[in-house]
Amino acid sequence: MVPLSYYLILAAILFVIGVAGFLFKRNIVTIFMSVELMLNAVNLTFVSLSYSLRQLDGQIFVFFVMVVAAAEATIGLAIIITVFRNRESLNVDRIDLMKL
Amino acid sequence: MQTSDLIRILPEIILAVAGIVVMLLGAFQKQNAGRMHPAIALLGLLGAAGAIAYQYPWRSLDPAFGGMLELDAFSAFFHILFFLVAALVVLSSSEYVAQERLASGEYHALLLFATMGMGLMASSNDLIMIFIGLEISSLASYILVGFRRGVATSSESSLKYFLLGSFATAFLLYGIALMFGATGATNLTEIHLALQAEQNTVTAMASPQLTPLVGPVPTALVGLSIALLFVGFAFKVSAVPFQIWTPDVYQGAPTPVTAFLSTGSKAAAFAVFLRVFMVALEGSAQDWVWLLWVSGLLSMVLGNLAALLQTNIKRMLAYSSIAHAGYILVAFTAHSEEGVAAVMFYLAAYALMNIGAFAVVSHFGNRGERYVEMEHYAGLGYRAPLLAASMTVFLLSLIGIPLTGGFFGKFYIFRAALHADLVWLTVLGVLNSAIAAYYYLRVIVFMYMHPAAEQIPVERVRPAMGFVLIFSMAATFLLGIFPQAVLDFASQAAALLLENLGNGVL
Amino acid sequence: MWLIPILPLLGAALNGLWGKRLPLRGIAAIAVGAVACSFLLALIACLSLGDATRMEVYFPWIAGADFQVDFNLYLDPLSAVMSLIVTGVGLLIHIYSIGYMSGEKGVHRFFAYMNLFLFFMLTLVLAGNYLLLLVGWEGVGLCSYLLIGYYFRREDAADAGKKAFIVTRLGDLGFLIGLILLYTTFGSLDYLVIFPEAAQFPVDSDGSGTLTLIGLLLLAGAVGKSAQIPLYVWLPDAMLGPTPVSALIHAATMVTAGVYIIARSSPIYVQAPEALMVVAVIGCITALYAATIGILQTDIKRILAYSTISQLGYMVMACGVGAFGAAVFHLMTHAFFKALLFLGAGSVIHAMGGEQDIRKMGGLRKKIPVTFWTFLFASLALIGAFPFAGFFSKDEILWRTFTSSTGGGRLLWVLALLTAGLTAVYIGRLVFLTFFGESRADPEVASHIHESPKVMTIPLIVLAVLSLIGGWIGWPRFLGGSNHFERWLEPALAAPAAAHAAGEESLEFLLMGLSLAVAALGVYIAYYLFLKRREAADRLAQASGGIYRLLLNKYYVDEIYRFLFVKPLVMGSTEVLWKTLDVGAIDGAVNLAARTTRSLGNALRKIQSGNIRSYAGWVVLGALLLIGFMVTAAS
Repeated sequence: MVPLSYYLILAAILFVIGVAGFLFKRNIVTIFMSVELMLNAVNLTFVSLSYSLRQLDGQIFVFFVMVVAAAEATIGLAIIITVFRNRESLNVDRIDLMKL
Repeated sequence: MQTSDLIRILPEIILAVAGIVVMLLGAFQKQNAGRMHPAIALLGLLGAAGAIAYQYPWRSLDPAFGGMLELDAFSAFFHILFFLVAALVVLSSSEYVAQERLASGEYHALLLFATMGMGLMASSNDLIMIFIGLEISSLASYILVGFRRGVATSSESSLKYFLLGSFATAFLLYGIALMFGATGATNLTEIHLALQAEQNTVTAMASPQLTPLVGPVPTALVGLSIALLFVGFAFKVSAVPFQIWTPDVYQGAPTPVTAFLSTGSKAAAFAVFLRVFMVALEGSAQDWVWLLWVSGLLSMVLGNLAALLQTNIKRMLAYSSIAHAGYILVAFTAHSEEGVAAVMFYLAAYALMNIGAFAVVSHFGNRGERYVEMEHYAGLGYRAPLLAASMTVFLLSLIGIPLTGGFFGKFYIFRAALHADLVWLTVLGVLNSAIAAYYYLRVIVFMYMHPAAEQIPVERVRPAMGFVLIFSMAATFLLGIFPQAVLDFASQAAALLLENLGNGVL
Repeated sequence: MWLIPILPLLGAALNGLWGKRLPLRGIAAIAVGAVACSFLLALIACLSLGDATRMEVYFPWIAGADFQVDFNLYLDPLSAVMSLIVTGVGLLIHIYSIGYMSGEKGVHRFFAYMNLFLFFMLTLVLAGNYLLLLVGWEGVGLCSYLLIGYYFRREDAADAGKKAFIVTRLGDLGFLIGLILLYTTFGSLDYLVIFPEAAQFPVDSDGSGTLTLIGLLLLAGAVGKSAQIPLYVWLPDAMLGPTPVSALIHAATMVTAGVYIIARSSPIYVQAPEALMVVAVIGCITALYAATIGILQTDIKRILAYSTISQLGYMVMACGVGAFGAAVFHLMTHAFFKALLFLGAGSVIHAMGGEQDIRKMGGLRKKIPVTFWTFLFASLALIGAFPFAGFFSKDEILWRTFTSSTGGGRLLWVLALLTAGLTAVYIGRLVFLTFFGESRADPEVASHIHESPKVMTIPLIVLAVLSLIGGWIGWPRFLGGSNHFERWLEPALAAPAAAHAAGEESLEFLLMGLSLAVAALGVYIAYYLFLKRREAADRLAQASGGIYRLLLNKYYVDEIYRFLFVKPLVMGSTEVLWKTLDVGAIDGAVNLAARTTRSLGNALRKIQSGNIRSYAGWVVLGALLLIGFMVTAAS
């Protein structure tokens, strides 16, 4: 029996990796992947909690999250393409026309 | 699924259908058949409003979908607000869409979908439903912000909004997950009950491994979850320290979309914020009020101070938006019935004045949003008196001058805060209002006391835009002279919301 | 009923926003049309009033927890009469202005302000509670300022506007305190709440109660707006505004607002006899005082200004002796003949090409006959000649004063009678010097003298007719009439507890004869001194040396005020407050605050680096702080 805490800690680590990826990576697509990683960490949390609490709600929620993540991916990539078309770069540091 | 469920969700269904129809029309029709789209959109909004009215009186007799959706007076208030906002934005963007050659069908469809999402947010009583509504409206907003595809700033705004938005949503989701873990439920009333119970009845059934993590409520887990939820909601509301996306996104988005975001989106986020924190998390109020306190104060200060030095009017209004979120948070900090009513009233008044202001900016900005610097507004008072007069009204309302809705909004907020003994916050709030007057007045000074430097063409105001301006002006004055009606509605809704704390499905 | 004040407001808005582009006809049409419709509506309302009074509540206006004020309009005989006067005379003056103001710059502004003024004045008289009245009160003050200073490029006109505003402000302060006291005493500002309650109060015979205080404070406001002693000094200077303004605001309407509030508050005043006494005394003294100054002035409009102050004194005095109905009656007749006098003066000035000094006029009656005859009618009404309107109203006041239960009523009567004589003198002098005798005008000016256009003379004629027949609705009982007017007003006004002694008919006849005789004497004196033997006038002037100079310089009151109040204030303001406090301390502090705020703002701006990653960094930082706080707080 794998204790619940292992799952939760794993999910937390994944989340933190996702956050770190968002903060430190320069490629827009990589940043987006980090967001997806965070979402999936949450999914893991949901599933594990749902299992131990014997409440199906959590697992249903995971479906919703996955659907939303997929929709987000679509839109996100479309936006990234638009940005690329305008700025010819996937380096997030170059995307700073508006400041102050 | 029973009929009553469908009826509860009827407004959203109508909006979704309207959105799909508009989208298909846009896809299959030739370019520039633009007239139909706003008309259908408005019809859809009207129909949805009718569906809300049909369900009067708005007491939650019967939450739909097993307790997930509740059409009470609180959600009815916000629904009406959203429909109003959407209608005004549709009208005020008619000339913008034509001018910038935007894809009209998709534009209106997205607006309708966003409104639908916001409506879901306002009625939801369950964290899952909140998340869904939030995402629907956010996704639509991400696209809308980047709608001017050829312009670099627009797509940059869209990217920033999208990335940061998903980032914050991930935090929100994590918070929901942990809350689920702590209480075993995602329904707000259930959460409330669970948090109240001495011994966490659900988790008592849980596996032994879980018990070391949780204990008597409130626990560290709940605290963590509250913090994460706060992150997500505060992001949407533009509260410090999660306001950072606001200036860039507001500046780069097409102006009507900015109007939509700053009013509708914010209102929806506050609705959800209120519902979650006042209903579900009422028990730990003494902990999270401090978050609101600090956040409100910093939002006001940061928003106002940074706005002082802006020259781009859209950016200035964005910072002002942050400041206003701060004011609203002050009322929220009071966490009383009065406070909730004050928040609702302010959101309504703010929606009107902000849409009006952005409508003027959108109209004056002309092709390609050329004229959005403050100096372009010089001399507008003499060249376009009606436009300048309406802008003056909106700016005065934003300052909070008596006779405008903004005044009573601030009045109720500070009154609620005082009744909750938040003296310092009120004092600082009033001080901030005074500081804020500077940057609003600067525009007025430009309009009336500076001669126009260059000849900026001012287009004639078309009927749709004219209607928006006049309506917003009239409504602002109405709220400033006769605020009672709206305030009563808000107070009743607040009372209902808080009294229903026991009535949920369990 | 709400349309009555709203229509002029619309007119003002239309003219104000788009008037620049309209031709004179269009502007006039809007302005006059709005007033005409208002007048018709007021007429209908008045006629349909019957016995009932009507309080129309439109909506709750301010409803704080403990402070409730509604937006309501109140129609009773008093407000009906007032609104008729305001709209009726206002209409005639608007029509007149079309002719008078043609060719002026910014005419649309003029009509916009005039309409706006009517809006506020109507709000004032139709208000159903003191707060709404205050709104109208302040509004008319504002419009008066705007209109006096209409020729804002002239420094003296602008100064006059400022003077009017500041002086009336002092009175307004008292008024405001009175309102606050009203609220704390009665818990509401609504007429229908206060007046019945006031009647329940015991009569305040020793003058130390709240009601007396309220009465005095409201009087302060009236003193300011209605130009009584000591706050009358703004009215003569206000003559620098366009003549129609003087006619409308400073003769017929705004200045009567003070009288109106005293009459309206009659239920309060009858319970406070001491306050009434003060009212009567102030009114009487002002009447006499102003008449003495008026005898020697040389500017045609200033004479009329002092006349107005004097007549207002009559009205105030009438209120003071409890004859509120008589006061309102005189208000109405005065509106007719004084407006006519001013409009006529405007016609004279227009004919004389802008000359206003009566020493340079003369013999005009042949050259501008219509103006002359209407002016004559008005003058006869002013001195109270039978059967002109002024006779009935002034006589009623004199009779009520004589028979009043107020202490010293007889003395007041004597002074009032003396004033009537002086009135005849100054107006006689004005008429004789202007219209009779030989022309003393410059030949250049004399050759251009012409009658005014019809659009100006027709209102004159209408007003002249009113000056004749206007008093007939108050035909006193003892002469065979039935004194309609006062009886009609009765339900609206309270009467003092001890009503005036029922007079015998013979006494009334005697007093009436006396006043007529005094008036005739005054006219004769004027005739003698100024027409027949001008040298007699000059010798009299030299003989009475000191007194002459005193009167000529208006008792040096303006100079006294300047020395006592204005100079020290200005000095204190400039040296102490301005240089040391303001520039030094306050500006210094403010600039410091501004600089700090600016630098703070600048620093905060820099957070927005434009870089998404730094943004995300802030989000994470915030999240960590929040988490840290909540977790430690929760556990």
